[in-house]
Amino acid sequence: MKTPIYLDYQATTPVDARVLEAMLPYFTEHFGNAASRNHPFGWKAEEAVDTAREEVAKLIGSSSKEVVFTSGSTEAINLALKGAVEMYGDSDHGKVKGRHIITSLVEHKAVLDVCKHLEKNGCDVTYLTPDKTGRVSVEQIAEAMREDTLMVALIWGNNEIGTINPIREIGALCHEKDVLFFVDGTQAVGKIPVDVYADNIDLMCLSAHKMYGPKGVGALFVRRRQPRVRLVSQIDGGGHERGMRSGTLNVPSLVGFGEACRLCRENLEKEMAHTTGLRVRLEARIRASLDEVHLNGNADHLLPGCLNLSFAYVEGESLLMGINNSLAVSSGSACTSASLEPSHVLRAMGVGDDLAHSSIRFGIGRNTTEEEVDFAADRIIETVKRLRDLSPLYEMALEGIDLSSVEWAGH
Amino acid sequence: MGVVFHLGKPHASFAHSIKAGHSERRPGTKGPRVLIILPPMNDPIYLDHAATTRVSPSVAATMMRALGDEYGNPSSRHPLGSNASASIEEARRAVASSLGTRSEGVLFTSGGTEANNLAVIGFARALRRGKPGTPSGHILIGPTEHPSIRASAASLTEEGFEVEVMQLARSDKRGSLDIVDAAARMREDTVFVAQMLVNNEYGTRYDIARLSRAIAARAPKAHLHVDAVQALGKIELDPAGLVDRAVSSSFSLSAHKIHGPKGVGALVLSNACLDAKRLPLPIIHGGGQQGDVRPGTENVPGIMGFGAAIAAATHDFEATGKALVTARKALESALTEFVPGVRVLIPWSDDQTATMAPQVVSILVPGAPSEVWLHHLEELGVYASAGSACQAKKHELSPALLALGLTSEEARRVLRFSFSSSTTAEDCTEAARRMASVSSALAHL
Repeated sequence: MKTPIYLDYQATTPVDARVLEAMLPYFTEHFGNAASRNHPFGWKAEEAVDTAREEVAKLIGSSSKEVVFTSGSTEAINLALKGAVEMYGDSDHGKVKGRHIITSLVEHKAVLDVCKHLEKNGCDVTYLTPDKTGRVSVEQIAEAMREDTLMVALIWGNNEIGTINPIREIGALCHEKDVLFFVDGTQAVGKIPVDVYADNIDLMCLSAHKMYGPKGVGALFVRRRQPRVRLVSQIDGGGHERGMRSGTLNVPSLVGFGEACRLCRENLEKEMAHTTGLRVRLEARIRASLDEVHLNGNADHLLPGCLNLSFAYVEGESLLMGINNSLAVSSGSACTSASLEPSHVLRAMGVGDDLAHSSIRFGIGRNTTEEEVDFAADRIIETVKRLRDLSPLYEMALEGIDLSSVEWAGH
Repeated sequence: MGVVFHLGKPHASFAHSIKAGHSERRPGTKGPRVLIILPPMNDPIYLDHAATTRVSPSVAATMMRALGDEYGNPSSRHPLGSNASASIEEARRAVASSLGTRSEGVLFTSGGTEANNLAVIGFARALRRGKPGTPSGHILIGPTEHPSIRASAASLTEEGFEVEVMQLARSDKRGSLDIVDAAARMREDTVFVAQMLVNNEYGTRYDIARLSRAIAARAPKAHLHVDAVQALGKIELDPAGLVDRAVSSSFSLSAHKIHGPKGVGALVLSNACLDAKRLPLPIIHGGGQQGDVRPGTENVPGIMGFGAAIAAATHDFEATGKALVTARKALESALTEFVPGVRVLIPWSDDQTATMAPQVVSILVPGAPSEVWLHHLEELGVYASAGSACQAKKHELSPALLALGLTSEEARRVLRFSFSSSTTAEDCTEAARRMASVSSALAHL
């Protein structure tokens, strides 16, 4: 067993060997520009991109014409939100829907940052507070809807806590109210069944590197019928991707993306069973030896490979330091973990700063084994026990003292 | 040797029947063309390097690290993440050192198109004048800019910017920029100027230094953006040497034009730009990476490949330049010798190296439109293009060709050949020979 054990599959995944093998010929052999119309290098590249597009479409239940390739989820989110606001938010392009957006406080930073940017540009954004498992309800959405609501933008499977939102039901409501529905599918696609039509989705972003494909490519699903969604492009020039996203296509990586989608589609059930099994095993093993372990997330609606636990009476940094050499895990999302701010997701769920700081996200994936999970659980148990042995707070708690009733002396 | 026969009145279908051969003028004859059909010689000759290039083996090998064991997300705090982050910073330094700039000025993007969009929209918005509703400022763009510059500048008119296009000098046939005219157009409220360094269709090398001196004199607060995508790896790109030191500038680059991977490029800010504390406003939001100017999980393998490619491409300009000039001259002389009626739009001249780049040449062909020529060339294994790959999809006439003074009828008969340092003189001569085998048929269409 090679250490550190990688349990950070929500941050990124290794490229599957079969994906890499599919990509290789497109670096040095079939290296053409997919926009070159006059020779076989261009045709071969275009054909490869078409195949990849079909594979992405098959995985999410769309048609290939509804798949717009981007440099990743972040760019896809920008295109979806800004592109829709520019298309429907004012009178420049005909149909006006409005400039109100409903989202939640537990979205990925990319969605929140785009929303903040849109607020500066005259949009009105409602940020819903989820329940304490991080879930947003249909009722909350219904209540927040207004005459001028343009869009609901929600994460499907949360990247920090793995909670799955009731996408299909919210989508049905959106369609009933003629509101666009954007879904951040970055963590969900390839991990749970996704069918954009059955799930009533209008726009959805996905990313190759979260599903055993390469970094640097992603896609935006843009619905073409009932309703036909139109967007104003955000990167112009050359008119690639049916005018929605210009730039020379990243052929080898798109080939890898397509192959990654095919593997996810063909093995979805098997992998769901595999990762769910390991997640349950990990949690059970930890809980068998430790008390005061809190699940951040929704036990009934959880991504198969995501387990976020807080260990009470333990200081987060010490915990991470204690396991850093044996486990590659995250506290909070990778994109925010460089700061010591407690995770905005846990905060929005009402998790206190102490518990938020002691949270660990275990990301389980395709290559994770039982042996690794057991090893990880044992390292956690060992470290938490050692830290709690040093903790006066834990000692007090064991003695039955209600810590919230303690009056702390100032220095 | 194969069959020898005389060519009478050529017709189009004939070209198909000889696709496996190549043509030669019999030594000492001036009479009718003779075609000698030889055994198939269809080894592909790729002369479309301005569209894209093959990833070099050493670049691919570098990328394999990140596509293999070093797969961490650079934002992750565990060693797999910090190793990925270190690899990115190494590539950032490689890009910076090849331009002589500081590494904090290197912003990785998904390619040249995004870098150009970020420069145009990002700098224009950052330098916007006045309040909403009042004029935002004046923008000048070159007459032959890539669609990514033209389109993003056009989108700014909706934000109250006034966009003006500079023009080529009417007096010369080499496609140089009319800098006197450009200077006259510069105003006190000019906030942004975009001018490519090397033309992607016919290789003109524009006088950025002179343009920047005009900016320093007439619009010193303006930012100069240089699309250097076709220049990278072919000529030295040093903002300090190319741009007046008083002018803040940026350069856009693309990896896949220099035997690096597709899907990665950079916007490089000059030291003058950094010293003026000028940053483009982001066009993509979220995540916090790259100082929030260009967030999103970094394309680690692509960036590592870019770093390796730029280090390889910029370490020996002299050798690269010589190889390109040799290829260029071989093609031009073989075309002149074998293919009657062809006109090189801007012929290579050894005393014009300051105003032209050798790696891309456009020719005006007689008779049939470029699409037909390209079709027949393709069957003969010669891969070229008509204008840029970006335009190829859209069937629009190239503004750069029209700016050069071509009629729209002529603009439909232009072929572009482009080289890399791996292109040999033999490749070029052979390409011209193959072209000759179909030329008399196509010239009369």
